[in-house]
Amino acid sequence: MSKKETTYSVNQEVIEEKEYSTLNLGPTHPATHGIFQNVLKMDGEIIHDAVPTIGYIHRAFEKLAERRPYAQITPITDRLNYCSSPINNMGWYMTVEKLLKAEIPKRAQYHRVIIMELSRIADHIICNSVIGVDTGAMTGFLYIFQWREKIYEIFEEICGARLTTNIGRIGGFDKEWSKKAWDLIDTFLKEYPKGLTEFSNLLERNKIFMDRTVNCGPISAERALAYSFVGPNLRAAGVDYDVRVMNPYSSYEDFTFTVPVGTQGDTYDRFMVRQHEMWQSLSIIEQAIKKMPAGAMHADLPDFFLPPKEQVYNNMEALIYHFKIVMGETDIPKGEVYHCVEGGNGELGFYLISDGGRTPFRLHFRRPCFIYYQAYPEMIKGIMLSDAILTMSSMNVIAGELDA
Amino acid sequence: MTMELLEIVNNKLKEHFAGDIESAEQLYDYPVFTVNKDKVHDILKFLKEDEELNFHFLTDLCGMQTADEKQLGVIYHLHNMPKNYRIRLKTFFDINKPEVATATDLWPAANWMERETYDFFGVKFKGHPNLKRILNVDEMDIFPLRKEYPLEDQGRTDKNDSMFGR
Repeated sequence: MSKKETTYSVNQEVIEEKEYSTLNLGPTHPATHGIFQNVLKMDGEIIHDAVPTIGYIHRAFEKLAERRPYAQITPITDRLNYCSSPINNMGWYMTVEKLLKAEIPKRAQYHRVIIMELSRIADHIICNSVIGVDTGAMTGFLYIFQWREKIYEIFEEICGARLTTNIGRIGGFDKEWSKKAWDLIDTFLKEYPKGLTEFSNLLERNKIFMDRTVNCGPISAERALAYSFVGPNLRAAGVDYDVRVMNPYSSYEDFTFTVPVGTQGDTYDRFMVRQHEMWQSLSIIEQAIKKMPAGAMHADLPDFFLPPKEQVYNNMEALIYHFKIVMGETDIPKGEVYHCVEGGNGELGFYLISDGGRTPFRLHFRRPCFIYYQAYPEMIKGIMLSDAILTMSSMNVIAGELDA
Repeated sequence: MTMELLEIVNNKLKEHFAGDIESAEQLYDYPVFTVNKDKVHDILKFLKEDEELNFHFLTDLCGMQTADEKQLGVIYHLHNMPKNYRIRLKTFFDINKPEVATATDLWPAANWMERETYDFFGVKFKGHPNLKRILNVDEMDIFPLRKEYPLEDQGRTDKNDSMFGR
């Protein structure tokens, strides 16, 4: 920095060079919601530079996947963005189905859309309520989190798990959803708008909240594109890129919804984009239930669906299939695919190379967090420490996805 | 549409980099180009700056090892958002001399993705501003995603999987 230009009296010490202090934020700082280390170069409370260190919860997913049968890779994908595991699961299934060239019945696709939009809502609830917490508004967080709980109850009813869901199968779903699951979804659709309106009223036009978030950690559209931003963070900067619209998968082309965009790319815009996406997700779920076609719940892929128990006991082929599936001895054709879905954080990609055989030859996850978190030092340059915390939570950096 | 894209990009690349395009094929929904590793930076720059193609978005960058374990590769996924063009670019080089030009000057997003590729495969990106390990510990002296490091000890004797064909 430049030298101080003020004139000093004789008995005052002249400060020739400004000294920066170093602050080690993290790895386990209560304000960062996850294991992120940033070594900050501070001038008072202003951040001049940040050096992020990542990899604290690296679990070698890409290497693990090279030894696992395809169906057993789904639990790995759960642990990428664990706030919206079903989207990761579905993205992985669709990648394998693309490789198998499988036709998925419309009914299964619509069920997938419902489950993906529910998890998108759960993901956005976490992100937005945590933005509230970081501005000091704990109330909104406490009230809206009960809706995330309701969504997890739906997941639990469908697949038995809440956080790391491993929901569905390659090819569709293992069975029809129970009546209780549908009842839970109906109740959620009826009652959640009230909860979301309450949350919006609390924060969206709140003077204190706006003072804290408007112009906090902004990024321009050009820089966001250069840093390969995707999802709500890119849309907040004003680029209307949504994988669901651009490359529709799982019958997203059948539904009408708008893609909300921001203008400034700051924390407030990211918050608002997520708020509006929740409304759009609700509308998509309603449309999917209304238009739900009849048909099978899964594609004709005997290699991935356990045959009925009576057949396993009485029929040789069924017994062989049962063992082949349980042992993961299903051969997958040779090929190379890239498939992406719109995850909670944007384009979540799976790049899969298969050389035949039971396991992938190479599997790479395109993890949106990992790619856009590198813009963080640039975004927090020159802002206050408390705003930097806010910027990080509004970017929705999920440690599991960041570190793979 | 996709087949047309393969032709459009292939014609453009043939025009400017005639000898450096080793193969052009359609794999599922992606046009895939394998290019000479010495020219990969020029080709990326051309693809990014060409007015018609304008692949301005680096979707993904990752490494791989070929099945014969003698070569490493770097794979780029590029995207032109307004026209929704997506292509995949590959380049392969010898595992004993794993050097390729960096793409960080074209896309700042390539920074961490290249560090990740270096971390797991040992690909040295020439001109990268800060090429060091990112997810693994700095003290690590192997490149773990290479096939020479099997996940499970192949010499294990306490476990007999022969009846399952392994």
